[in-house]
Amino acid sequence: MPEPILQIENVSKIYGARRTLFGRTAEVQALNNVSISVQKGESFGLVGESGSGKTTLTRSILHLETPTAGRILFEGQDLALLSSAELRRLRARVQIVFQDPYASLNPRMSVRDIVTEPMLVHNDILNLSRVQRTDRAAELLSLVGLGPQHLSRFPHEFSGGQRQRICIARALASGPELLLLDEPTSALDVSVQAQVLNLLCDLQDRLGLTYFFISHDLAVVRYLCDRVALIYRGELVEEGETDEIFDAPKSDYAKMLIGAMPEVKVRGNAA
Amino acid sequence: MSEIAQTSEAEIPRPADDRLRRALFRFRQSKLSMLGAAVVAIVLFFTAFGTVLAPYPEHIAGAVDTANRFQPPSLTHPFGTNELGQDVLSLVMAGATVSVLAGFGVVLIGTLIGTLVGAVAGFVGGWTDEGLMRLTDLTLTIPSLILAMAIAAALGPGFTNMVIAISLSWWPGYARLVRGEVLAAREEVYVTAARAIGANPSRILFRHILPNVVSPIIVKMSLDMGFAILTVAGLGFIGIGVRPPTPEWGTLLSLSRSYMPDYWWTAMAPGMAMFFAVFGFNLLGDGLRDILDPKARR
Repeated sequence: MPEPILQIENVSKIYGARRTLFGRTAEVQALNNVSISVQKGESFGLVGESGSGKTTLTRSILHLETPTAGRILFEGQDLALLSSAELRRLRARVQIVFQDPYASLNPRMSVRDIVTEPMLVHNDILNLSRVQRTDRAAELLSLVGLGPQHLSRFPHEFSGGQRQRICIARALASGPELLLLDEPTSALDVSVQAQVLNLLCDLQDRLGLTYFFISHDLAVVRYLCDRVALIYRGELVEEGETDEIFDAPKSDYAKMLIGAMPEVKVRGNAA
Repeated sequence: MSEIAQTSEAEIPRPADDRLRRALFRFRQSKLSMLGAAVVAIVLFFTAFGTVLAPYPEHIAGAVDTANRFQPPSLTHPFGTNELGQDVLSLVMAGATVSVLAGFGVVLIGTLIGTLVGAVAGFVGGWTDEGLMRLTDLTLTIPSLILAMAIAAALGPGFTNMVIAISLSWWPGYARLVRGEVLAAREEVYVTAARAIGANPSRILFRHILPNVVSPIIVKMSLDMGFAILTVAGLGFIGIGVRPPTPEWGTLLSLSRSYMPDYWWTAMAPGMAMFFAVFGFNLLGDGLRDILDPKARR
């Protein structure tokens, strides 16, 4: 049994009621007692509909949000107990690719600046000179299927799929072990989705990454993930091996979701 | 897989300066914007070289020629002469330097203070935001010309003091604008991405947020230039700006008002100069707004 790289223990998040001019707004329970354990080297899928708490969970893992209750451990270390310097060092090892490649790249920065920024921020660990950083950026770009000729260009010159590749290159720049993928393909059209997914598979093989893959696209999850968890209204509904869940869902919610999948599957000649 | 990637990636061979070129094209489409740019170019030309090109440089320094006082416009004196026999054209050309530079200084200092206050307020939020914005509101409640008069009176007249005085009542508009833009930019995904990378707050503010709020600031600066020149002239007119003999449009206008109906040309030239400068900067500002900040269009 491989060791867990990420443990989420009984995490709850309540967005507090706010006092406004006309009284108080209601509390929102975004996460309720969620526990997940992600093993090193696996692809873990988190499936849930809009508003089910997926994004809150990713923000909590990145420590951009503090859970109301529960702990999040990265390699056994509680994120909430880390000093700011330790937290910064940890940010090099946990990275994220966002859903919308059009919004997640700063339009005023060149691709070189975007991809080298994590190296610059974590230069105390990486210790690269300016030239080495540029070389590494070029290397990362070719790793994600772009080239060094793209270094001096700006995000608006790229298509959605290419931008997502730049996002992946940026996420890989600091040498992370865990990559959070927050619906990385849902803003792309279908043919480009397949390319990006294949790229992600390929990168996992080459770099030994652990993926925490968030999606509402069941087909994609089934294709990419070893294990899956289903989340509904902030609560964990079901968790298990991907095949088990897709072949024999236990909870009603899982049955409903899988029943609603468009049928292109397992009639033998489908692929 | 790689072949598929190749074909899709070759599909958009756009040049790097695409956005700039398109903006320039749109700017050229608008005749009014081009007119504004031309007028501003002329005004800036006289700002830089007015003193050197003036036909009677000795009059700028304060020399008088009382034998030729109140000459009507003629070939030797295209805008006539004033009560001291000085060539009005020379004074107006030299006055451009003071008026436009003062206007520029006001807008620049106002932008610096306003951007700093607004960016910190919007970025830090909470009580800092509350405190800074109430200070801004407070400054806005004081009529700007009165405040500038008070400051100029306290510091004494002169070019630098006048610029400082007007700037101190000029920044609240920028603070409000920048705060709003920073609040919006702070929630962008690329800012979240930078925070996830571990970038520190100053890096996020200066590398990720401020570069993306520059356009509306530039637009407001160019729109404000005209009003700043007017305010400078206004202070000159009521006598607490630049002191004669240094020529300045507002001061020139103020001196000539006692000779008004009979010797109209002494007021006409500085007045028209002001009119053209303000008109040009406003047209240019409108044009820049249309290309840099299309959302704000009328």
